Amino acid sequence: MKWLESNLDLVWELVLAHIGLSVPPILIGFLVSIPIGWVANRYRPSRGVILVVLGLLYTVPSIPLFIFMPIFLGTPLLSPVNVVVALTIYAVALMVRTAADGLASVDDDTLLAASAMGYSGWQRFWRVELPLSGPVLLSGLRVVSASTVSLATLGVIIGVQSLGYLFTNGFQRNIPAEVITGIVATLVIAVVFDLLLVLIGRLLLPWSTPDRRRRAARRTTPALVAGGVS
Amino acid sequence: MIEFRSVTKRFPDGTVAVDSFDLVIPPRKTTVLVGSSGCGKTTLLRMINRMIDPTSGSIIIDGEDTAGLEPVKLRRRIGYVMQNSGLLPHRKVIDNVATVPILNGTPKREAREHALGLLDTVGLDRSLADKYPRQLSGGQQQRVGVARGLAADPNILLMDEPFGAVDPIVRAELQQETIRLQEGLGKTVVFVTHDIDEAFLLGHQVVILQKGGHIAQAGSPAEILAAPANDFVASFVGADKGKRALRIQRVGDRDVVVDENGTPTGVLQP
Repeated sequence: MKWLESNLDLVWELVLAHIGLSVPPILIGFLVSIPIGWVANRYRPSRGVILVVLGLLYTVPSIPLFIFMPIFLGTPLLSPVNVVVALTIYAVALMVRTAADGLASVDDDTLLAASAMGYSGWQRFWRVELPLSGPVLLSGLRVVSASTVSLATLGVIIGVQSLGYLFTNGFQRNIPAEVITGIVATLVIAVVFDLLLVLIGRLLLPWSTPDRRRRAARRTTPALVAGGVS
Repeated sequence: MIEFRSVTKRFPDGTVAVDSFDLVIPPRKTTVLVGSSGCGKTTLLRMINRMIDPTSGSIIIDGEDTAGLEPVKLRRRIGYVMQNSGLLPHRKVIDNVATVPILNGTPKREAREHALGLLDTVGLDRSLADKYPRQLSGGQQQRVGVARGLAADPNILLMDEPFGAVDPIVRAELQQETIRLQEGLGKTVVFVTHDIDEAFLLGHQVVILQKGGHIAQAGSPAEILAAPANDFVASFVGADKGKRALRIQRVGDRDVVVDENGTPTGVLQP
């Protein structure tokens, strides 16, 4: 606690840096994944190849990826862009499958009806397919968010500021409080992001939230069954 | 009036769903396409609004060849009601009904106001307007589907087995409602079903289809019952097994009509 009190400025600065490092990959990864997922879903033969190849990207070890980024991108060695791009690649690797699954989860009858109503192809995508894949996309985005916030700590290894600094510095100087602060702060960011995503989902997808009445019914049913047994 | 002129549909896998089909569908009447699965009835229906394009032949609506019309625009002026309602699950009932007018450029407020009126037309309470489709019963959803089909005030209403998935009591209600609406609004209704009783109940013209979209017989229900064109029709309408064969039994001084099992069904009026 004492360590935290005297280093509040540092922690706050790292929290902001960490957020700045995590948000762009989550957003860009999401936006990039949807058209790729759409292609994988629309042209079935391409689905397997796209999903496997992009899925494999997630297995590329992060430290070499960070180190190779400046070579690929021509960016300065210590630029945060290296980390943002690398994290975006991981985000896409995680998100593409969900995007394809989300678009595939839309009921064929609903799409048929939308076409029969007179939605053009483009209108049907924006107003029917995309909103209806929302719940699946949201669940994928929550995984991506948690993964990205956690991976962003590794930026410190190539000299990019993030909460990961508290791990390495804390270890080297043997200050457990510093390491614990790093872990807790990373967790807090991940939880806050998750809550924000759930909240955004509630606002944008009100139709997918079960009614309170129905949820209550589901909750009471097992109780009734249990009561019957005793 | 809708005219099919030697329409053929061959799907990419080689199956011929419809083979040189000719039919005239009269305006402001209900025409029912009836047949077992695989007879091409749904394919025929979907060719009217160009959800499916024919391989050859043409479909003429009020003198216009549909091949020259833009499919999306054509669909917006033809009502479509399908099995399982096909409602958009993420739109409230009122917005589902207002879908087509809004696509046509009607201001949202006006379209919603009109949609409320349509809920009355199909016998739904206005309190359902702000609910989502999943909060409605199957019968209610189907009524919303009909209201949506009527929303742009189309001349033509296509109905693809719309009552196939609701229970018999609700189905009977919806059938009566369809008759009432068709008579009241004077729409040209093209209705697809596999249920011959439903076909006879709703159709001014009934078209009995065999595999490949071959017309086994077309005519009014009375004409078909009076003179089934062949054994297939006789068996399809159940005439071969004595179903629909009514007899008269003299009871006192009245003529009682009995069905094939000898169960009295009514009294002949002098």
